[in-house]
Amino acid sequence: MGTKPRVLVLRAPGTNCDVETAYAFEVAGAVAERVHVARLLESPQLLRNYQILCIPGGFSYGDDIAAGRILATQLRVHLGEVLAEFCSRDRLVLGICNGFQVLLKAGLLVAPRPEAGIPATLTWNDTGRFEDRWVYLRVVGEKCVFLRGIDRMYLPVAHAEGKFLCRDEATLRQLEAAGQLVLRYALPPCRQGLGGGSLVANQTGLIPFPYNPNGSQGNVAGMCDETGRIFGLMPHPERHIDPTHHPRWTRGEAGPEGDGLRIFRNAVEYFAG
Amino acid sequence: MLWQVDVRPSPRQPDLVGRTLTQDGLDLGLPDGLSIRAARGFLIQGPLSRQQIEQAVGELLCDTVVEEAVFAPVGSPELNDLPAGFHHLVYVLPKPGVMDPVAQSTQAALRDLGLEVEAVRTFRKFWITALGEGQLEQLCSRILANEAIEQVIIGPLRVERLDFGRPYEFHLVRVPIRQMDDQALERLSREGQLYLSLVEMRAIRDYFCQLGRDPTDVELETLAQTWSEHCSHKTLAGPIDYEDENGRRVFRNMLRETIFAATEKIRQALGPNDWCVSVFEDNAGIVRFDDEYHIVFKVETHNHPSAIEPYGGASTGIGGVIRDPLGTGLGAKPICNTDVFCFAPPDTPYESLPPGVLHPRRIMRGVVAGVRDYGNRMGIPTVAGAIFFDPRYLGNPLVYCGNVGLLPRDKARKSPQPGDFIVVVGGRTGRDGIHGATFSSAELTSHSEEISGGAVQIGNPITEKMLVDILLVARDRGLYRGITDCGAGGFSSAVGEMAREIGAVVWLERVPLKYEGLSYTEIWISEAQERMVLAVPPQCWPELEALCRSEGVEATVIGEFRPTGRLELFYQGHQVAHLEMNFLHRGRPAVMRKAVYRPRAEDDRICGDRWPPDYTEDLRRILGSLNVASKHWVIRQYDHEVQGGSVIKPLVGRENDGPSDAAVLRPRLDSYRGIAIACGMNPCYGDFDTYWMAASAIDEAIRNCVAVGADPQQVALLDNFCWGNTDRPETLGSLVRAALACHDMAIAFGTPFISGKDSLNNEFRPAGSEKTICIPPSLLISALAIVPDVRRCVTMDLKEPGNFVYLVGVTRNELGGSHYCLVQGKSCGRVPRVDAPLAGRIFRAMHQAISRGLVRACHDLSEGGLAVAAAEMAFAGGLGLRLFLAQIPSDLTPPGEAQQQVEKWRARWPGEEIHPLSAWPAAVPILLFSESNSRFLVEVRPSDAPAFEALFVGLPCALVGEVTETTYLEIVGLPVPYGQGLPDEEEHLGAPLVIRASLGELKAAWQKPLDW
Repeated sequence: MGTKPRVLVLRAPGTNCDVETAYAFEVAGAVAERVHVARLLESPQLLRNYQILCIPGGFSYGDDIAAGRILATQLRVHLGEVLAEFCSRDRLVLGICNGFQVLLKAGLLVAPRPEAGIPATLTWNDTGRFEDRWVYLRVVGEKCVFLRGIDRMYLPVAHAEGKFLCRDEATLRQLEAAGQLVLRYALPPCRQGLGGGSLVANQTGLIPFPYNPNGSQGNVAGMCDETGRIFGLMPHPERHIDPTHHPRWTRGEAGPEGDGLRIFRNAVEYFAG
Repeated sequence: MLWQVDVRPSPRQPDLVGRTLTQDGLDLGLPDGLSIRAARGFLIQGPLSRQQIEQAVGELLCDTVVEEAVFAPVGSPELNDLPAGFHHLVYVLPKPGVMDPVAQSTQAALRDLGLEVEAVRTFRKFWITALGEGQLEQLCSRILANEAIEQVIIGPLRVERLDFGRPYEFHLVRVPIRQMDDQALERLSREGQLYLSLVEMRAIRDYFCQLGRDPTDVELETLAQTWSEHCSHKTLAGPIDYEDENGRRVFRNMLRETIFAATEKIRQALGPNDWCVSVFEDNAGIVRFDDEYHIVFKVETHNHPSAIEPYGGASTGIGGVIRDPLGTGLGAKPICNTDVFCFAPPDTPYESLPPGVLHPRRIMRGVVAGVRDYGNRMGIPTVAGAIFFDPRYLGNPLVYCGNVGLLPRDKARKSPQPGDFIVVVGGRTGRDGIHGATFSSAELTSHSEEISGGAVQIGNPITEKMLVDILLVARDRGLYRGITDCGAGGFSSAVGEMAREIGAVVWLERVPLKYEGLSYTEIWISEAQERMVLAVPPQCWPELEALCRSEGVEATVIGEFRPTGRLELFYQGHQVAHLEMNFLHRGRPAVMRKAVYRPRAEDDRICGDRWPPDYTEDLRRILGSLNVASKHWVIRQYDHEVQGGSVIKPLVGRENDGPSDAAVLRPRLDSYRGIAIACGMNPCYGDFDTYWMAASAIDEAIRNCVAVGADPQQVALLDNFCWGNTDRPETLGSLVRAALACHDMAIAFGTPFISGKDSLNNEFRPAGSEKTICIPPSLLISALAIVPDVRRCVTMDLKEPGNFVYLVGVTRNELGGSHYCLVQGKSCGRVPRVDAPLAGRIFRAMHQAISRGLVRACHDLSEGGLAVAAAEMAFAGGLGLRLFLAQIPSDLTPPGEAQQQVEKWRARWPGEEIHPLSAWPAAVPILLFSESNSRFLVEVRPSDAPAFEALFVGLPCALVGEVTETTYLEIVGLPVPYGQGLPDEEEHLGAPLVIRASLGELKAAWQKPLDW
């Protein structure tokens, strides 16, 4: 048995899923530490002690101005170098919900273009409000380290600003072609292949609310960077670790362990070799 | 330089805010063709160049994928252009001094970018199509802004500087109370917003006469806060002379002799199994959870602030109650929230609103958003609650917020010592919420908005989240000996309470302020949010200070506990208060209050408004009535799964949309021991008899917990009384009667009350009216129960066709206050009672059955009775259900004629079994819709039926139907003869279907009313 990989679960004012995310990593076999962003700002080289960086869910800095914006700006302005070094050294980065918003807005998933800014964003749900509900997900391609061997998952979302939107069609096509749009909202398994009806994707390829809970372009629920080692997703894998997390476990629909645990196991196994 | 930055959706993006507001405007009755566009913006003050502002906009303020920004110095014409077709420009800004969390974060983030920013304020901006005279003002005051906290500027914005606060110059204010006669004392109480009674004012005058000096203003305020109803609960914890049909009873301390006394008796009876740790003494009740942790629970109300500013009122309500468990023992970690609201119906016509009253729809939206934004940002799941609608909540909505905390067993006691520092941690002090404690003890009038604007607070959840994070670390490192929250009454209550048995000195100028200009009195009584007060041993202070600084939390020593028995306040070296703790806490004169109760005469009328009856339609109407209808619009806006311990969610079933009876969660991720949280409340019953209302609420709260698998012998209860003006003996009488029920039921069920709170004077006086609108008696019972192993829990949705369905409990003729009567606008019949000894046996048997895995689904019968419970179980499970009324265990006795008729039928068909209720048509609505307590509808596998039935031997329990593979709810009525008048051989007995409806239509009826 190799040594357990070390995870830095980053905490900022308003982060609130750090405890259960660290727990999920521990269950998967990692050593997870919750570290306040102020510690990292004081000594950025701290990051070198870890193999995995995770930015968990919550409302960093209250999501004031826009979700994840202030923490993203902090990372970009003050920790840009150390993060670039971390990413270049075969490390993993995971952003969940608010963490995904931070990664995307900090330019870590898709690089900003000097003339036009960030190529894609996560903005207000079509419903215009925060919603907590469970979604069906399907994995596309094999690029993402965190999604290896996973085909489908059932996880909860809980957000107000989770609508994935590209600046233009070309960006969307480019990310798609690069295989970076790795996680998509999907129809429930039993509803597939019904043919016709409103449940089937319309011409734009969008599946309807509530299956695509926020109106995301391309039904995108999560994406990775070009290397597949940096991954952000809106759903909360750490909320589906135990069978009793499943909303219908009393109906016998839960498996022996929660779907979300596989994401954390994949991260740990990446360093097992 | 003052820059203005407007941020609005880019042309290809939807304007979600504008769209919602336009719809609200149309609902208000504004002309068709109305269109509103919305933008948000920032005013930024500082020596910044255009280039620097451009940087701020590009890097921080505007998401250029979906938004566009316009920026220029304030007043520049391009900022005030009107798009084609729009006629009005409106700005809405927070009033100076009102909390603006986004502005605070923005200022910090801009400085972090290296920009020299002096001040930031946010605003909202609207472009509106042409409106007639008065309509624009109506739109602004009813929809766009709340003038209690915001200012509206029509047309271009003209501000020169963002400054608030002026330096304060000290001068000591003394109040010449010693010369005052009764009239002058009453005027002082009213005009000074002290809201004390004449007897209390006299006691204060006499005290200072003895001392030979007049009080300072801050001394008077301290007494008013400490003696307020809100802080001292003087009415219910005082002497009451009560009389009802059973005779007279004089209480010296009503609460102590009823509710507390019940807990005492239960604890004695439990002996070594007593699981109560601290009851009615700390900021929340504490019970044992497992070998390492206790559970802490508190429910509070925030009614009056929510009436005036629903968003701020509700968010600070939840923010405040979170600080109760955090201030209990040495600080519990908040693990879940509950919320219960009472509103007037959302379809109340705008024309019927009295002046000064916000529309109930707006109140509901604001309150839900307030709880959502605070709870979600705090990362605390909001897991259970309810909403009740009644027109009497129009001017006085109720907002109950609860919080459960997890407390290590060795951190359950606080013990501040002389010499400890008094430390304030968290938010800064401003003019927020001055007079909140005394205001909440007064009646609301249409002018409340003007006189009490200061009582409205706006919270900043991130400040509180940072506070929780740091305090839990400090607690575990043992850096303080006492902690309490700064709630109503501010430092006055917090320090006054902690130093009660010691004494304290406080240097008010040390308190960190949000802005200049606060007087020493304002500092002392401000109810600014997100502050906690600690007792810190001097040797621990350096470590605590460093710890707080490391996460950007402010901590300041403002005083010291001293063994003087006195409260001494100083401001810049001047002594401004010097009060004896003894007088402060024990000097309030007790006032004997009269209370009477006359129960309403019972009647046996059964209401039914159509013939022939259509029970399917009755069921649809009850499902679609506001109290029963699905609350998914609210529930989904709350994060009910954060912290990762969710086991039974508020919405359950095949499509995750059925109404769960209780929430279950695991406080520890490494354990399967859990807690169930539920509530019981039924103001409709209070119009009949508040004793049985209270008893029913307790039964309901417990049975909700039992229905999901909690142990009925480990249920702790909380009481929250919201009542009208208890100066009226009959209003107080109805409350005392409810408290008597709490005493009796708690003992009968063995379920201790561990904490409670009351809110009196919930009445609204419309302008120019002599009469007030009084809320119905509103007792919320919250229950917290232990679930020994959450893997045994069950949900209410039907699981498999072919399973048996049992009805447990006795159905009685109890339609009084039922939803069957309510939807028909009738008020008659007998109110449901509770047979507590029988209920206790049923609950224990149910728990046995669930623990042994014999139950597939279980749902309690409450509003709407059997029919509603059956419909909910069926559509939640997506399975059909067929029930037979003839099988239901009941104690119904038909009238004489109906009995004789049955005898005739028995003679006519000697071989047939004829149900004794067959000839009594009223039996059908009773069996379908009676709201008798202590009942469950239970799904059991046929193979488990013998074991299940064995547990219920000697108890009312019968097989009443089965789960079917259809998509229909079918309820078969009592067998009656068919074909009367036909030749004998064609007459036969048959049972009609009294309800038949598709699951789809029932679910739609249930989901539609509040699907906003």
